Amino acid sequence: MAEPILEIEQLIKEYGQNRVLDGVNLTVHKGEVIVIVGPSGCGKSTLLRCINALEDIQGGIIRLHGEEIQKGSASSQKLRQKIGMVFQSYDLFPHLTVLDNITLAPVKVQKRKKEDAAKEAMELLTRIGLADKANSYPRQLSGGQKQRVAIVRALCMHPEILLFDEVTAALDPEMVREVLDVMLDLARQGKTMLIVTHEMSFARAVADRVIFLDQGNIVEEAKPEEFFEHPKTERAQKFLHVFSFDQVKKQEEGNCSEQSESHL
Amino acid sequence: MNWEFIIKYLPLYQRAAILTVKIGVIGIVFAVLVGLVCAAVQYYKIPVARQITAVYIELSRNTPLLVQLFFLYYGFPKIGVRLSAEVCGVVGLAFLGGSYMAEAFRSGLEAVDDVQKESAFSLGLNSRQILGYVILPQALSTSVPALVANIIFLLKETSVFSAISLMDLMFTAKDLIGLYYKTTESLFLLVVFYLLILLPVSIVGTLLERRLRYAGFGD
Repeated sequence: MAEPILEIEQLIKEYGQNRVLDGVNLTVHKGEVIVIVGPSGCGKSTLLRCINALEDIQGGIIRLHGEEIQKGSASSQKLRQKIGMVFQSYDLFPHLTVLDNITLAPVKVQKRKKEDAAKEAMELLTRIGLADKANSYPRQLSGGQKQRVAIVRALCMHPEILLFDEVTAALDPEMVREVLDVMLDLARQGKTMLIVTHEMSFARAVADRVIFLDQGNIVEEAKPEEFFEHPKTERAQKFLHVFSFDQVKKQEEGNCSEQSESHL
Repeated sequence: MNWEFIIKYLPLYQRAAILTVKIGVIGIVFAVLVGLVCAAVQYYKIPVARQITAVYIELSRNTPLLVQLFFLYYGFPKIGVRLSAEVCGVVGLAFLGGSYMAEAFRSGLEAVDDVQKESAFSLGLNSRQILGYVILPQALSTSVPALVANIIFLLKETSVFSAISLMDLMFTAKDLIGLYYKTTESLFLLVVFYLLILLPVSIVGTLLERRLRYAGFGD
């Protein structure tokens, strides 16, 4: 197994009295793609936010390459540059062009030359087919395009691990695909990724490991085939059942379904 | 309309207009500074200072400028602080305008979505960089319409300066009416001069709004 990049031990996160994460243990190895699934409110997003030090934690420890991540500490500032995150809501800076969005952090934080950063940004934009949008403003892009640019923006910082927090949840169905394809491409390149998603077939295709989180704890952890075909725990079975539909119409009616659709 | 009268007293109005603009501009500059400080205090939720600014904002917005000026001009000498009418005008305008400017900046700052800060954070920017490159550009462009409205409002408010015997436009008009009963001419000049001051501000403001509105970037 490759070296571990991220280690989480006994992570506890509380909002007031409400315990959202209750002793989560997780180790992410280099090049691994982990998909986190679970019912809403189970702490998936909170877990990502804790890893990125956007939240303070009440217990446990998060380490990136053995160095502890803590909200507000000076070292976290440095560590955070090694973690890329893409959010659910479009988080591009509306007052900057696509290119400036991507190069802002490399230039200001990593002190790279503007031309170098721009060159790399253009290469990445070309790869996702948005090179012609480099000088557009975010409001001129579709939701899917914005999310793809947000992914490129995170990539341009050369993070060691990428966090995706339901990046397709706010998108129209036909735009979901283009964003997922970019993520599949990254997985193929061997990037280390931690993905929270509700796209089950995507999870199945992309994941090396699926983690099922419920009530603040990892309830099940398995290879995707195993998890989706034969979930071991009852809670996971119940959760996955939500995504499958029982046939409503009787089989005999199946052949006239086209007709009945046209009546609608 | 007596045009001879108008031409004769044009220079008087000119001087008054210059005084109005001078006190107005200085007062507004200070109002903007006060507003920025108050908005920053409220945005960063600085204890104690936050409560003080809250009291100041309510006090300043809920009392008329005329009353504030009377306090400064007639009240302060009673406790040994004697300010010239011009200083009173500047201080009064800054006191009144500060709260309006604070509210304009605050609404701009609050309009910036939290996820903007978070994504900037997760890109590794520090708080100073986030403020400078992400929050302020968006906040200020949102604030511009309110800012322009405030500037126009404050310039118009200068008309109450006449009550503390500042020789501004309003004072001059009242003076001439009192002296020569040339009401029509005096008021005509008054309106023209106010328009000469305020119309350009209004036009430049509209252009600025259009240019800076971030929602319009890329139009």
